[in-house]
Amino acid sequence: MTTTSNAAQAKPVTGRRRPLAGYLFVAPFMLVFAAMFVVPLLYAAYFSLFREQLVGGTIFVGFENYARAFGDAELWSGVARVGMFFLLQVPLMLVAALVFALVLDTGLARLSRVARLGIFVPYAVPGVIATLMWGFLYGPDFGPFAQIADMFGTAAPDFLGPNLMLGSLANIVFWEFTGYNMVILFAALRAVPTELYEAASVDGAGQWRTAWSIKIPSLRPALMVCLIFSIIGAFQLFNEPNLMASLAPTVIDSAYTPNLYAYNLAFVGQEYNYAAAVSFVLGLVILTGSYAFMFVTNRRSRS
Amino acid sequence: MNPRLSRRSAAKGVAAALAGPLALSACNSGPPAPPTHVTQSDIDKAMSTPTEINFWTWVANIDQEVALFQELYPDITVNIVNAGQGAPHYAKLRTALRAGNGAPDVAQLEFQMIPSFTITDHLLDLRPFGAGDLADQFVDFAWSQVSGEGGEVWAIPQDTGPMGMLYRTDIFEAHNLEIPETWDEFAAAARDLHEADPEIFLTNLPPAQGGFYAALLWQAGSNPFAGSSGGDFHLDLGSEEAVRVTRYWSDLAEEGLVSVDPDYTDQWYQALNNGKYAAWLAPAWAPSFLSTAASSTSGNWRVAPLPQWDATAAPASSNWGGSTSAVMSTTENPIPAALFAQFLNTDVESTTKLANEQLLYPPTTALLEDPEFTGRPLEFYGGQEVNALFAEISETVSDDFQWSPFQDQVYAEFTETVGTAFTERTDAVAALEEWAERIKEYAEFQGFTVRQP
Repeated sequence: MTTTSNAAQAKPVTGRRRPLAGYLFVAPFMLVFAAMFVVPLLYAAYFSLFREQLVGGTIFVGFENYARAFGDAELWSGVARVGMFFLLQVPLMLVAALVFALVLDTGLARLSRVARLGIFVPYAVPGVIATLMWGFLYGPDFGPFAQIADMFGTAAPDFLGPNLMLGSLANIVFWEFTGYNMVILFAALRAVPTELYEAASVDGAGQWRTAWSIKIPSLRPALMVCLIFSIIGAFQLFNEPNLMASLAPTVIDSAYTPNLYAYNLAFVGQEYNYAAAVSFVLGLVILTGSYAFMFVTNRRSRS
Repeated sequence: MNPRLSRRSAAKGVAAALAGPLALSACNSGPPAPPTHVTQSDIDKAMSTPTEINFWTWVANIDQEVALFQELYPDITVNIVNAGQGAPHYAKLRTALRAGNGAPDVAQLEFQMIPSFTITDHLLDLRPFGAGDLADQFVDFAWSQVSGEGGEVWAIPQDTGPMGMLYRTDIFEAHNLEIPETWDEFAAAARDLHEADPEIFLTNLPPAQGGFYAALLWQAGSNPFAGSSGGDFHLDLGSEEAVRVTRYWSDLAEEGLVSVDPDYTDQWYQALNNGKYAAWLAPAWAPSFLSTAASSTSGNWRVAPLPQWDATAAPASSNWGGSTSAVMSTTENPIPAALFAQFLNTDVESTTKLANEQLLYPPTTALLEDPEFTGRPLEFYGGQEVNALFAEISETVSDDFQWSPFQDQVYAEFTETVGTAFTERTDAVAALEEWAERIKEYAEFQGFTVRQP
């Protein structure tokens, strides 16, 4: 009771200045955020309720575009594909990033600075360049893998064929983002209080035991961040398949991933309204997926 | 896969696309009404008023020709913008046109895209500016490609791509192959060559090159969208000619007698250099392109006309690529824009430069009949007078071929149906039906009335 009344009394004193100053400080961000993010988003939502035809103009259709999206096999096969991609690529990438981070953190590896930089460098290479580079490596007749296989008298697998394409894309993303995730995990490891390690060594724990019982549990929040980023990244896969499409145009179709589908709907098919609806449905899928993931892991950590 | 980057860039792209219609619907007035009649004094006045116009083009070093225009009209400033080539260019152009600002006054437009921009009323009829009198300066098919059904002139042709066959004379000689004059001979040669050397293919069938396939259909006399007008969409991909062309290539692909590499990739460039393909069915702009793309093979190439379906009939060819200068209906400077488009593509000095320095194959009869242009021997082709051959081929391109009002979608669906069948070496004739079905579905969704025979 007293605390609340104290707070109520205290408010007018500082209240007049603090909120104003606070608003001023966040204003530049809020303005840009509103103009570049909130307004376009609201406009896209409004826009997705219409249907504009090349012949016949624009009509209000309510949620018809959403109904179409929910029943659109092309969209959902794309969602299923990026779901597969997530299951295929993300565990491998995070395990590799974790192993690298742990190894570097032990300080056992020589040249750990060079190694750290080396693992991180692919992330500094723009995704476009990385994809072009891998596209060249995958080349079916004249790519290095094909040439090496040819030297041994066999044929290299068809990296750009329909069966391996998803794996080839996963490999590019693995190459690009393992270092990025490693840096997040490594930074989190450096933040673990040294008393814990001292206590562990007093208890006679070796490197393996320390890693398993102290380091990995304390990496939990950082791993969660990596996972959420990876969920979003996987479901929004766009650059890599978009660039690989020129090398394998009949494998990567216009609806290969949901983002690619939305892009092609808008800029090839001129179905802007439907593209907006598809984007919102994709956003909903990602939101649901990320939330479900957090809900499950939170519950598990509590129990 | 960077979550921050990819999400933002995708959101921005869509937002940019979306920003348009609001602006457009908010002010229903639209662009200023185009003048219906322009007098010489209007022109003189406009051309002596300091004005800036924007020109979107991907043609490298076109500033040389633009400079000629600015010499003649020092009060007009032309800003050249390269907004990409092909699909990225059209995506940006459409977005800017829909947004109602930021669109250029004049833009590079390929022939097959003209109906895709007239259906949205985005091109300006150039007749009031004197373009109607230019018809006899151009080869017939090029002029008919830029002409509307009501006689409108939607653009001025800049370059064309009448189809021929570029072939490796060294490979042909090594395997004792005759130059195929009919498609039957071509198929037989494909078989002989591939049996003699399984590493070599007579030609490559690019599975994602709708423009190339349209040229094959065009040559055979198929005209799938002929008669389309406004909201009335005609679709005939089941015609005898279309099925014959597709059956032919489907058989060659299924038997493995042609390669099916996507074109304009590393793989394809290297194959051109390494002699994997003995011939490239390609248009008039290809000879200069090839001489830089496959420079290691200089002297080994020659050019012949396309093989024919009917050896007894008059030879037929078709067109792949080439482009025009079109004036956007949103322009606030219609007179300078129209005069610029016309000058660039009809002025003697400008067109000569475009042909000789930008290596664009000319659509003007003056150049096609100029011995200095046609008679030039090209070293890359063993001294052959390649330009003269294509000038002859130009005359054999039928001038009634019509494009759909959403050609980029038609091409995209081609890749996913017929092109995919070629790649997977399955029955492309079944895929041809699927292609037609998808086009029909799309057209109906866009509000067209679809008519099929």
